[in-house]
Formats: sequence, structure tokens, C-alpha cells
Amino acid sequence: MNWTIDDTWIVIIGAMCAVACALPGCFLVLRRMSMMGDAISHAVLPGLAAGFLLTGSRASLVMFIGAGVVGVLTAVFTQWVSKFGKVDRGAAMGIVFTTLFAIGLIMIRQAADDVDLDAGCVLYGAIELTILEQPVRIGAFAIPPAALMIGSVLIANLLIIMLLFKEFRISSFDPALATTVGINANLMHYLLMTMVAITTVAAFEAVGSIIVIAMLIVPPATAFLLTHRLSVMLVFSVVIGVISSILGHMGALSVPLLFGLKGTVTSGMMAAVAGGLFFLAWILGPEGLLTTRVRGNREIEKPGSVPAGETG
Amino acid sequence: MWADRSAIILRRVILVILLLGAESASGGQVDWPEAGLVWKVFTLQDYNTRQVVISTILLGVTAGLVGTFLLLRRRSLMGDALSHATFPGIGAAFVVMILLGGTGRSLPGLLVGASVTGLLGVLLVMAIRNTTRLKDDAAMGIVLSVFFGVGVALIQMVKDMPQAGPAGLNDFIYGTAASMIHSDFLLILVVAIGTCLVSLLLLKELTLLCFDESFAASQGWPTVRLDIALLTLVTAVTVIGLQAVGLVLIIAFLITPATAARFWTQRLGWMLTLSAIIGGVSGWLGASLSALVRDLPTGAVIVLVAAAIFLLSMLFGCGRGVVPRGLRHARLRRKVGRQHLLRAVYEIVESGQPDVAEPVRNLPVTFDALLAHRSWSAAQVGGLLRTARAEDHLENTEPGSVRLSEAGFGEASRVTRNHRLWELYLIRYADIAPSHVDRDADLVEHVLDAEVVSQLESELQDRPSSLEVPPSPHFINQPSPEIS
Repeated sequence: MNWTIDDTWIVIIGAMCAVACALPGCFLVLRRMSMMGDAISHAVLPGLAAGFLLTGSRASLVMFIGAGVVGVLTAVFTQWVSKFGKVDRGAAMGIVFTTLFAIGLIMIRQAADDVDLDAGCVLYGAIELTILEQPVRIGAFAIPPAALMIGSVLIANLLIIMLLFKEFRISSFDPALATTVGINANLMHYLLMTMVAITTVAAFEAVGSIIVIAMLIVPPATAFLLTHRLSVMLVFSVVIGVISSILGHMGALSVPLLFGLKGTVTSGMMAAVAGGLFFLAWILGPEGLLTTRVRGNREIEKPGSVPAGETG
Repeated sequence: MWADRSAIILRRVILVILLLGAESASGGQVDWPEAGLVWKVFTLQDYNTRQVVISTILLGVTAGLVGTFLLLRRRSLMGDALSHATFPGIGAAFVVMILLGGTGRSLPGLLVGASVTGLLGVLLVMAIRNTTRLKDDAAMGIVLSVFFGVGVALIQMVKDMPQAGPAGLNDFIYGTAASMIHSDFLLILVVAIGTCLVSLLLLKELTLLCFDESFAASQGWPTVRLDIALLTLVTAVTVIGLQAVGLVLIIAFLITPATAARFWTQRLGWMLTLSAIIGGVSGWLGASLSALVRDLPTGAVIVLVAAAIFLLSMLFGCGRGVVPRGLRHARLRRKVGRQHLLRAVYEIVESGQPDVAEPVRNLPVTFDALLAHRSWSAAQVGGLLRTARAEDHLENTEPGSVRLSEAGFGEASRVTRNHRLWELYLIRYADIAPSHVDRDADLVEHVLDAEVVSQLESELQDRPSSLEVPPSPHFINQPSPEIS
């Protein structure tokens, strides 16, 4: 394994991406809306395609805005279908995002004769390519543009969550209470959806949608298994995201070598490592499968002790 | 430069919308083939497209059936998790087949791999949900993203294997129906028909599972195994749909027809039938259109056709559609408003009479008295009066006061009588205090039909006469005009 400055940048970009996703992801998991990240990351395709067709370049602000708008619209449409049509929210989400995705796919295919764009390169940007772009110089540092982009989204997410932590917490756990103490729970819902949409778009334009979907859900869900406190959960999910990035890139470089192959994509490996960490927490965490069993046995062995109730 | 490019795109998008809107559009457009071919494709006589169209129809029917159960079980997005979870299976099967010396591109082999990891993913979702505090959505999200990530890593890894060549495994993400060969067609045919048969054989069991899981368990049905059976059926649909419509859009096939059918009916049998028909029609129209017009991906067109049907059903479905429900709601609101107004007028007239024993006479009441009677705004009272005038319940009097017509007064006594009968019933049998009974009665009085009223009359037989309006059992707060 040959570690270069480029690898360091990939890990940093991956880690920033993971953190930027994990922060809103925690609230998605708490609100039982984990699939929203997946839905949004598919549904933004028509927005991306429209932005691209209008400007003709792949890294444009118009494309970003188009995708962001469609991302928020996904949340709005889902809300409408489930509210006015009285449809189960999962089904509503599924219908909305597949329809938008289909529209995007047709737009891209219709444009394929004229322009160089395919759904794969729009949706599955690769983190390895980010460092090939012309770096932006700030003082003595040469920073890849993707790092700047994701860094700013990360800072924005961090600021929003720090400033509105109390509001987010109340409206996630008890929307009714939030409304009675004067917090607009609906507004918080759409704010969160906007955060998810912008993070998704910013991140997957740079690094690919797999990282986004995985990092929105897996680190927060892992953290959820490890603690009962929201603040601790946020910190844990950030740490898990960073670890996934480091181990993921190392894995992408080293694992295929074991089989005599050249290497693989970091994004897929990051998701796989995050999945592995989740598995560990599931089995060995404080309420894990193995932990509760061992603890249960110990309680029984101790004479006269009262066995603890099921924690799950 | 980009302007004329986007003009081309715009024209095409409009064309697509036109085509979707009316499949019988005239053959004037540039991309639209001549009528003979259109007829042949839509009637399955065209040899080149027949296989694709038949297989998407079958796929639609099967997905419609299975998707109904999935929807009723509130597991719609399970199809999404499942379809993504098939991806590493495709990669793994590819590797295994290459290691065994094949080309790695045999469809049955790839689909076996897809089924294995798909089922594994589904079982993991159920295991995560049952053994942790995490809910369905998080469990599905984890399995979806991790499996898909592993699949991407795996496929990128084997891309460089010397024997692999351009594998085209990414086709499974977006689907390429055109590349279907005869043996693929037969495979889809057999699996689709088999899945339909099994889901119809398990109709009773799956219905029980969807509507009352605990009852099914208490009756000794193996609910966990039935759940797995349902998800196996879903896996089968997903896997055979991978090639034609791709793994992102196959879930639309599972969700959209069933959800659209739900707007039309409350009965499971009808819902299954409708959902299968909607699925089949979407598959038929979508595949035919995409075969006729250049550069229309099959899966996407099918999804758009299904989405259009969904939108129509959501708006106009006679069961729970938005428009019929809105109309019903408006009708009820008008009825409630009318009854409130009539009763208000009656009660004002009644409380203005010096002698309670006298029969109530139809006298004019002032607008201000009406306004003070309930928590109405002036605009609301104005609206109610307009409706009442249109229904001939009011007579013309001097401005500032209203007087009921003959018909209106009769209706007002009837409404008031129903209200008081119900109040008396509640006081006697539901033990509600007379001072609270007004609001409670208000909840039900508007839907009392003749049968219930006669039942009330017989329950309250000791009341003097069955035709006159009984006195109110509570004090009616009526500010007298002099004070206000």
C-alpha cells in the first residue's frame, strides 16, 4: 500500500462528507425517516439533468440549485401524497422518488445525443476523482475544490444543529410538545429535509451517492445502539463516520490486493466498513446480542440476585 | 448554443408528455412511427417487441399482486432495500461464474446470486428490527446502503479481472429491456406465472397476515414463515424485474399500482384485481411506447405511466380519492352548517317567547342575535344565510333580521327535536350532565337518521307527545337583545 498526499485528501474529504451526513442523519433516524436520504439522492436526477442541460457544465451552481430544489420538492410531494391521499409514508416516498427518477432518466437519455451525460456519471461520482481537479490555492495550501464544497456544507450543518439543537431535539422526540411550546414542528421538518437535500446534492456531486446514503443512516444507527443520549449519539456518529472513511480508503487500497486485483472504489468500501462497525455494535454493544446473553448468564449464576429485565 | 440545445430537449420532453397523455396521438410527429407499426406493437404482433412487451405485462401483473400485500403490510420500501441488496449478489455470481470458467454473463446465474443476497438482506432487515431498538426504516436503510456499497466495491474490483471484459453489470441498475433474449424471456415467464400462482394460493394466509398479525399468530399460523414467504415472492418479482426495468425502478412496480388501486376500493379482492390490471397496463403501454420511440428507457416510461395512473386515481378514485372525499366533506359541512343555523333561529325564537308551554311561533330574529348565539363570525353567518336562502329556508324580511320560511321552520323544529331527543338520551343512558350535553349531542345529531330517531322516541316514551319539540334539558345561553 502506497500512501500519498492524495490518499490523505481522499480520507479527509470522505471524513468531512461522513460528518456532514451523520449530523442530520441522526435526526432522520430518530424521526424514522431514514429512507429519505435514499429517496432524495435518487429523486434529484431531473434537477441535475435540467441544470446541466441549461448550463452545459457538470460543476455548475445552476445544477446544484436545481438538484437542491428537486430534493426539497421530494420531501414536499411525499408529504402531500401521504397527507392528502392518506397513503402510508413509505409508499408515498417510493412513488415520488421513482417518478422523479424516471423523469430524470428520460431527460438524460433524450439529451444523450447532444451532450455527454449519463445517469451513472451524474449519480455515482467517484471520490478518487475529486483530487484530480485543479486545486484551489488558499495561502500556502492547495485544497481540492470538493473539499471546499463539502467543508462549507459541513460547517453550515454544524452551525444549524448547534444553534437549533433544542428545537431539533424537541421536535424530533415530541412534535406535539414542540408545537405547544411555540416551535413550528412543520418548519423544523422542512428545515431538516432541506439540510438533507443540500448535503446529499453537495456530497454526491463530489463523492457519489453511495457514501451519502450510507453515511446518513449507518453511523447514526450504530451510535443509536450505543447510547440513549442524543448529544452522545451525535458525537459517536461523527466518530464512526470518520473511522469508516479512514478504514474504508485503506480497505479499498489493500483488500483487492489480497486477491491479486488492482483496487476498488473507496465509496463502496466506506459503506462496507460502516456496515461492519454497525454489525459490531449490534453484536457487542451495550445492548448487543452477545452482551445481553453474557450478562444474562452472569445474573443467573449470581445467587440471590434479581435478573435484569429485557433491555431491548 | 445551450439555448437551442435546451429547445430540442424541451420539444422532446413535450413530445414524451404528449405521447404519454394520448397514445392514440396522430402520426404527425417526427419521432412517431407510422400507424401500422404502432398497431402491431400495441397488439403484440410485432415480432421484435413482442417478448419485451409480454414480459413487462406479466411483470406488472405479478408485481401488482405481490405489491398489494406489501402495501397493506406497510412494507412498501422493503422492495427498495431488497432490490439494492441484490446488487452484490450479481457481482458475486459474476465472479463465481468466471472462476468456474464461464463468461460470467449468464442471466440465470446472475439472478440466482441476486436472489441469495436479496433474501439475505431481507432477513437481516427483519433481524435488525426484531433484536434492536431500531425501527423498520433504519434497518432497511442500513441493509440497502451497505449491501449496495459492497456490490459497487465488488464490481469495481472484478472489473479489472483479465477474463471479465466489459461486463455490463451496471445495466441492472437502470435496466435494458431491449437486450432480452429468448431464454431470458422464458425465465421471466415461468417465474412470473409461478409467483402469481403462489400468491393466489396463499391468498387467505397473506390476507390474515396483512390485516391482523396477532390474530393469525393466535390461530396457530406460522406468521414469521408467512412473512418470509411474502418476502420471497417479492424477491422473485424484483429479481426478474432487474433486467427489464432496473433495480431502482422495480420498486415503483411494486408500490405504485397497489397504492393506486387502494383509492378505488375497500375490498381486498377488487384491490388485487385492479392493482394487477394497473400493473399490466403500465407494463404494456410503457414497453410499447419505449419500443416505438427512440431513446425512451423502458423502465422509466413504465414508471411514468404507472405514476400517471396513480395521480388520476389519487384525485378521482371513487373510494378514497381526493376530489370525491373533498366533495363528501363539503356536503357534510354544508349540512352541519344548515342544521346549526336552523336550530339557532329556533332556539332564539323559543327563548324570546314569554310562555314556555305555548307552541313556538315562527317570528323573525335579528342578525345580531344570531351572531351572539354561537361562536360565529359575521362572514360565517352571512355565508350560512346565503345557503339557507338558496335552499328556500328563509323568507325576505327587512334588512338586519331573518325569518324562516314554512319549509325552513318545519326543518328547524325537526332538527331541534332530534338534537333534544339525543340530549335526553345521553342524559338518561350515558350519564352526561345536562350542562355538558349540548356539545356531546352536537357530535352526533347531524347523522341521526329516521330509524335512530324513532328508536330514540321509543326509548324516551314517557315524553308527552311524540311530535312536539321537547323543551331543552339545559339553559340556553341567550343574551337578550336589550342587554347586548
